[in-house]
Amino acid sequence: MRRIEIRNNSFLSRVNITILAFSLLLLTVASVTAQDEIDPVTELIDSVVTPANPAPPTDITVKDTPNDAGGSITIRWALSADDATNGISKYRIMRQSNGSEFTQVGEATAGAGEYLDGQASDEHEFNYKVLAISEIPGESGETIVLTSESVVSEPISSSAQWFDSRRVNVLVVTAILVFFILWFIQRAKSGEKLFIRKIAGLEAVDEAVGRATEMGKKIFYVPGINDMDNVQTIASMTILGRVAELAGQYDTWLEVPVCRSLVMVTAKEVVKEAYTKVGRPDSYHEDQVHYLTDDQFGYAAAIDGMVVREKPATIFYMGAFFAESLILAETGNASGAIQIAGTAMPAQLPFFVTACDYTLIGEELFAASAYLSKEPKLLGSLKGQDYGKGAILIAILIGVLLETFGIWELSQIFSVIE
Amino acid sequence: MNRRMIEMSILAVITILSIIAYLGKINGWHNGYTFSTGLSITLIILLAASVIFILVLTIKGKLIGRRIVFLYIGIAITLPLFMDISQEIVVSNDVKAVYADLEGLPAGSKILVSFDYDPASAPELQPMAEAFIGECFKRDFKLIMMGLWPMGPQQANMAVDTIMNRMGLTDQDIIYGEDWVNLGFQTGDVFVIQRMGGSFESMFHTDINGRPYQDIPLVKNIKNFSNIDYSFNLSAGFPGTVEWVQVGVDRYGLKLSCGNTAVQAPTVYPYLKAGQLSGLIGGMNDGAAFEKLTQLEGKATKFMLSQSFSHLIIIAFIFIGNVAYFRTGRKSALKK
Amino acid sequence: MRREIPLLITGIVGVVFVISYFIPHFPFNMMDGWFSDWFSIIQACAIVLGALNLLLISSQKIIRRKTDWGYSIVVMATFFLMIIAGFSGGVEFRGPDTTFTWLYNFTFMPLSSTMYAILAFFVASASYRAFRARNAEATLLLGAAFFVMIGRVPIGDLITGFMPEGARLSDLTGWIMDYPQTAGQRAIMIGIALGLVSTSLRVILGIERSHLGGDS
Repeated sequence: MRRIEIRNNSFLSRVNITILAFSLLLLTVASVTAQDEIDPVTELIDSVVTPANPAPPTDITVKDTPNDAGGSITIRWALSADDATNGISKYRIMRQSNGSEFTQVGEATAGAGEYLDGQASDEHEFNYKVLAISEIPGESGETIVLTSESVVSEPISSSAQWFDSRRVNVLVVTAILVFFILWFIQRAKSGEKLFIRKIAGLEAVDEAVGRATEMGKKIFYVPGINDMDNVQTIASMTILGRVAELAGQYDTWLEVPVCRSLVMVTAKEVVKEAYTKVGRPDSYHEDQVHYLTDDQFGYAAAIDGMVVREKPATIFYMGAFFAESLILAETGNASGAIQIAGTAMPAQLPFFVTACDYTLIGEELFAASAYLSKEPKLLGSLKGQDYGKGAILIAILIGVLLETFGIWELSQIFSVIE
Repeated sequence: MNRRMIEMSILAVITILSIIAYLGKINGWHNGYTFSTGLSITLIILLAASVIFILVLTIKGKLIGRRIVFLYIGIAITLPLFMDISQEIVVSNDVKAVYADLEGLPAGSKILVSFDYDPASAPELQPMAEAFIGECFKRDFKLIMMGLWPMGPQQANMAVDTIMNRMGLTDQDIIYGEDWVNLGFQTGDVFVIQRMGGSFESMFHTDINGRPYQDIPLVKNIKNFSNIDYSFNLSAGFPGTVEWVQVGVDRYGLKLSCGNTAVQAPTVYPYLKAGQLSGLIGGMNDGAAFEKLTQLEGKATKFMLSQSFSHLIIIAFIFIGNVAYFRTGRKSALKK
Repeated sequence: MRREIPLLITGIVGVVFVISYFIPHFPFNMMDGWFSDWFSIIQACAIVLGALNLLLISSQKIIRRKTDWGYSIVVMATFFLMIIAGFSGGVEFRGPDTTFTWLYNFTFMPLSSTMYAILAFFVASASYRAFRARNAEATLLLGAAFFVMIGRVPIGDLITGFMPEGARLSDLTGWIMDYPQTAGQRAIMIGIALGLVSTSLRVILGIERSHLGGDS
């Protein structure tokens, strides 16, 4: 039975193929003949008839945009069939709520199959449709706009999420780091002795202030060009406190030219407190801490001028610096001042290392408050930070091994961007 | 005549000559000076000979001061401006990546350009800005400009004016409010980017000219970064590329490439290699390369000869410094 | 109380920013917005503080004829010149034909560019002084500096034009920038990031108080 069936089938298919081939041959011959005959006519018709509307976008889907604070809906569609042949200029996204008129919410470029409507509200349900728009130049220079629209989507409303699931990895790493830091702070509080290595730049602070006192010259303290929202500036204020205490003790003039108003306010407070602490509140003058300008190079120019004219014995550069770092440090170097710098701006470190006597590199700046105060809680946080670094080193090693052996999926765990 | 007087006289002569040359140019007495090839080569040979002379002096134990180094850098930057020597500009992969991104975007794409620099870094960043804007106009992209630095938006307007003049475009070809808009400056540094992730309008109620956000056709339907197809950041420091990556890219999924000053560029390499940045135009050299790709040759290309010369001079002086170091028993070679 | 209130504000704002990174939902998104706006407002208003301080110090210098008081006259004069030019232009003071724009284009721009340009001279003098073949590491650094400096300008490829593409100086420079340089940057950045997290945590928890003008 089975064999006969096959035979029948193959016979039938052979007949089919023959018919198909024959009809194709006929069609080809006919079309070639017809083309020869009516080509001019077709051209004439083409030029008269208005171009057809583009194919509409299909498969429109809508969903609430995930991992957001609400108010956003993601609309996706399958591209118009004419998009592949550059027949589409753009897509227009239309929205309607409670049976009202459709209004435009935005436009997407040709080739884009997604749009995020960020102007939705969580209280209302919306229906969407997408218009494929084709803009063709007309005969007399005008633009002919042809549109076709998709079907209307299901109704949908947006909502906010309680957790951004893309950030699980960041949460885990942060939790590990915070755990280490808090754990070691706890251990330090319970009286455990913690070792901290010597930081040359901070050891030299006393010597540098002493030198200014011996020479009877000023000390300049430059706290960088960033505002108080930068942690480097906060770290800088800590070191300023220590420098101001020493300057107060030795009765040496400490001058703090700043480039941000909020830094000025903070620095004034820090210096005043330091002078009071060492029992010299009268030695503090309001004009010791003064504002120059917010402009980066205006600030550099002003400090350079002060350095050249007043030739301070010691200059501190602590905080966030940019291209002005070398302009400041070279001028200070030429004036013969002893210079101590500290920054966490990687690009400026080479400049400071070249032109200054001591440089606090990156995390050494943040370690300054713990180092100078020897306060157990702060030392504990440093130790925790070191363990965090150890964890990151292990993660890097695992990542390198995974990449080397081609296990891509696992290494993606560490990725924060989609 | 003491040394100070000599210095002041030289300065006065240079200033007067510069003023005469400038007045000459604006009054049409001349069209700028260009050295002939013969003169250029002679000057280069003379310069090289004098550097060799300094080397000989150093070997003999006579050390030079920092002012001589400054003088040579000054000459190495100034002289090439009068020379007509063309160089083959090499285009790096990072610059190609920026251009490839633009090639891949369809007409009508909305591009956010943040001008985070001020006039100080303009010589380096302005040519990049002009070439980028020019290329976007060529490709019919829509540009939304802003600045996290107070002077940034001003630089944006200047770049648009310059490039439109150079390309022969008028206000009818490129319409303000439809093809480009300048939203101006907003204070708050990194918080501005963070708030823009929620809503552009919350940070920019009006454009730079005081026109309400909702009245500007180009942006009225733009809620936040999700409605932006691509972004480009021109940065000279803080806030700049690093902040855009940390907030714009990592938090809000922005697609970003950047133009940086040469001093800043090394800082953003880790982000580039991690894919958080899709391309980088770093410094004048890459600026010239981008001008080459966009065929909008401007100041970056023009100044590359100065850059080449100054690099060679610095290398020569590093060599001389090392000779001095070994010659003088490894003590500091620079007189203060 | 003088210490406690700032510490409380720091703590609340810090914690809200951290939470809103992970939880986009109300009320954290709203509070995140508030605090960002507050910072912008405080920062903008604080500019006045700085300007007033500058005027006060400069005028005191002039009145008391302190050393270099002449420079303070220049500061005061240019300060008021820019302010008057700005206000006289009204809302559109940044327009193409205003006095402010003229001053901006022909005084501020060249002055700022000049300051930045000085960097070129200082880079030269610093390189001359510091790039020494003192030991093996310094020599390696010197070599890298040489190749990057020459490979970053067209002349590098002109010299090595005879080499096949991919083996020229610009390619070597690209390799140095892409790998050893990036690796070094990353190492420093990771350290700095950890320092930032640790310091921020200390500030938020109130363990670090020295920036408030007192002991930790």
